[in-house]
Amino acid sequence: MTDNTQPAVSSFWNDTGKSGIASWVFSTDHKRIGLLYFYATFGFFLVGVLLGLLLRLELMAPGRTLMGAEAYNALFTVHGVVMIFLFIIPGFQGSFGNLVMPIQIGARDVAFPRLNLLSWWLYIAGAVIILTSLFTGGGPPDTGWTFYVPFSARTGTNVSLAVFGVFIVGFSSILTGLNFVTTIHRMRAEGMTWGRLPLFVWSLYATAWVQILATPILAITLVLVMAERMLGTGLFDSGSGGDPLMYQHLFWIYSHPAVYIMILPGMGVVSDIIPVFSRKPIFGYKFIAFSSLAIAAFGSLVWGHHMFTSGMSDTAIWVFSFLTFIVAIPSAIKVFNWVSTLYKGSISLEAPMLFSLSFILLFSIGGLSGLILGAAATDIHVHDTHFVVGHFHYVIFGGAGFAFFAAMHFWLPKFFGRRYAEKPALVAWALMFTGFNILYFTMQVLGMKGMPRRYYDYLPEFASLNLVATVGSWILVAGLIVMLVNLFRGLMWGVPFEGNPWGGATLEWSTPTPPPTENFIDEPIVTHGPYDFSGIEP
Amino acid sequence: MTHHPHKDDAAAKLGMWLFLFTELLLFGGLFLLYAVYLKRYPHEFAVAGRQLDWTMGTANTVILLTSSLCAAMALTALQLGEARRAVALLGGTLLCAGGFMVIKYIEWSTKIGHGIYPGSPHLKSGAPGESIFFSLYFMTTGIHGLHVLIGGALLAVIGQKVRSGVVSADNYILLENGALYWHLVDLIWIFIFPLYYLIL
Repeated sequence: MTDNTQPAVSSFWNDTGKSGIASWVFSTDHKRIGLLYFYATFGFFLVGVLLGLLLRLELMAPGRTLMGAEAYNALFTVHGVVMIFLFIIPGFQGSFGNLVMPIQIGARDVAFPRLNLLSWWLYIAGAVIILTSLFTGGGPPDTGWTFYVPFSARTGTNVSLAVFGVFIVGFSSILTGLNFVTTIHRMRAEGMTWGRLPLFVWSLYATAWVQILATPILAITLVLVMAERMLGTGLFDSGSGGDPLMYQHLFWIYSHPAVYIMILPGMGVVSDIIPVFSRKPIFGYKFIAFSSLAIAAFGSLVWGHHMFTSGMSDTAIWVFSFLTFIVAIPSAIKVFNWVSTLYKGSISLEAPMLFSLSFILLFSIGGLSGLILGAAATDIHVHDTHFVVGHFHYVIFGGAGFAFFAAMHFWLPKFFGRRYAEKPALVAWALMFTGFNILYFTMQVLGMKGMPRRYYDYLPEFASLNLVATVGSWILVAGLIVMLVNLFRGLMWGVPFEGNPWGGATLEWSTPTPPPTENFIDEPIVTHGPYDFSGIEP
Repeated sequence: MTHHPHKDDAAAKLGMWLFLFTELLLFGGLFLLYAVYLKRYPHEFAVAGRQLDWTMGTANTVILLTSSLCAAMALTALQLGEARRAVALLGGTLLCAGGFMVIKYIEWSTKIGHGIYPGSPHLKSGAPGESIFFSLYFMTTGIHGLHVLIGGALLAVIGQKVRSGVVSADNYILLENGALYWHLVDLIWIFIFPLYYLIL
């Protein structure tokens, strides 16, 4: 990194007097670790996008377009594993959680800085193992990211190694979770009461609990899959007296709450951005804060809705369906409070705000289509169709993904000390928003018409809509490229980003830009809430 | 590094307790499977469970409880400033850990010698419920044994630090956390023992 890429002021980029790779990959500074996470997770996001693009290319026309069935199976598996385990689960906590959370609570660092570094290394180790599994042994796993038995116990592809990689990544996730819970309990600055925590911190807190409580179940499940393959334990094998349904239960006891690991931090980002760009305190602070906890709690009890067609009892289906509807309540509470915050606000439509507003819309569409899937009667009709694919991309990409982009535009300039150009950012947003809806709304329509997921081929009557969806994916990726180029140019060579240009009231806007290694020049004493904008001008 | 030394024992303990929760949940998955399969195969579980030697299980329970007692006493000794006694007591814990593993080894090798191990032809030819029982038995006690080894290694390292004075009467949080981990290993065994050796 040459001198002219960074502003001359003293910051965590240069104030330790150390530079070079080792000062980064062995740093215990939460900001450096945050950026390491950001580079790694976002890099995997781009890999996942490329794989998704290839999937859409294959589906552009009926029959074999690019690849055959086996390659397609491997591709959607790897797309899912990379996007879920290597991007969106570690991404938010790891990058923006690390970058912003300690500063937002007025701390110098997280509670366990060395453990934080270990988390990153475990994540990288797990990622390397997963990548290795793609090119060694029997080739990339072809089970889908869910690793369902009995197929995952029998396929000749490299499932064991991939599963082991996910296990290691899960360990990293647990350590980050317990680090964050401890940090938020023990490291808040004087005056930073629970009622003054920024809502992003609240959402990270709820997320961290889910990480702690749910991930161990995934860990043991993955160990059992490995044992099934290597030792022949037969615990999930109906031929040996085991029950494959038990695998699905154990898997979803983790993997449904994991959905909230993905989306909760995004909700927190949006809750922080909307007041700043509406120049109004957040509406319903307590409701948004507690709805995060409510989502985390109820979200842990709804896993069975992934298994309506798996052969559970009708009672179980009824109960899980009911609980699923209950989760919609705290989610809706958030949406209504965001909209109420906008009401009569002085709204400025800059890039972070546009991404946040589209989060509300896309998340709502995804959430409402989720209710169709949560009701057993309608779920059985659209189960395993492209409707499901469209639904979770609306929630995870349209929700968590767009919130991630919002966070990139909102916070990265703060840490790089330079800003991006606004106009290209708006163009990028418009392209991505348009392409996104063309791609995934079409998928939902296709699913309603009965197009199944996870096949490389389809009936000719689905051809025209699939073409539309594929064109949508090109528009989406075009927008992504514009955004990346604009952000990269801006953060490297853009005009200096100084002070508090958007007028945020949370603590990170009161530190120098970029922050020094110690975060604050004087230890902060908090005297007002996170959305009290009196006396703060953008 | 310009980091100020930051010491917060309450935070360290909170972090350890959270980690212990995750360990409980990890074993929780296995206990859940046990519950489901016990309900499905009560008769086969009883037949298989009686093949385990309850005297060895009891011996191991006594050994682990003693080891936990030693760990707790080591902590108190260190807090009272008796570092040498603490090291000796930790040695007792490690000795118990070794004894536990030896008995476990005898149990396992006897079973394997009789052709009882996951995926063995003997189990495959028998009733499905029995092979499920033994698969769960080997997975649960295997993962628990792994925890005994990890906990033992952890306490050995901490014992070294007590000897060299890094962990001391004013700075005993590492030993406290290590002992907490050891108690967890013990606690999990307290559940494994009746479920596999006694109630069937």
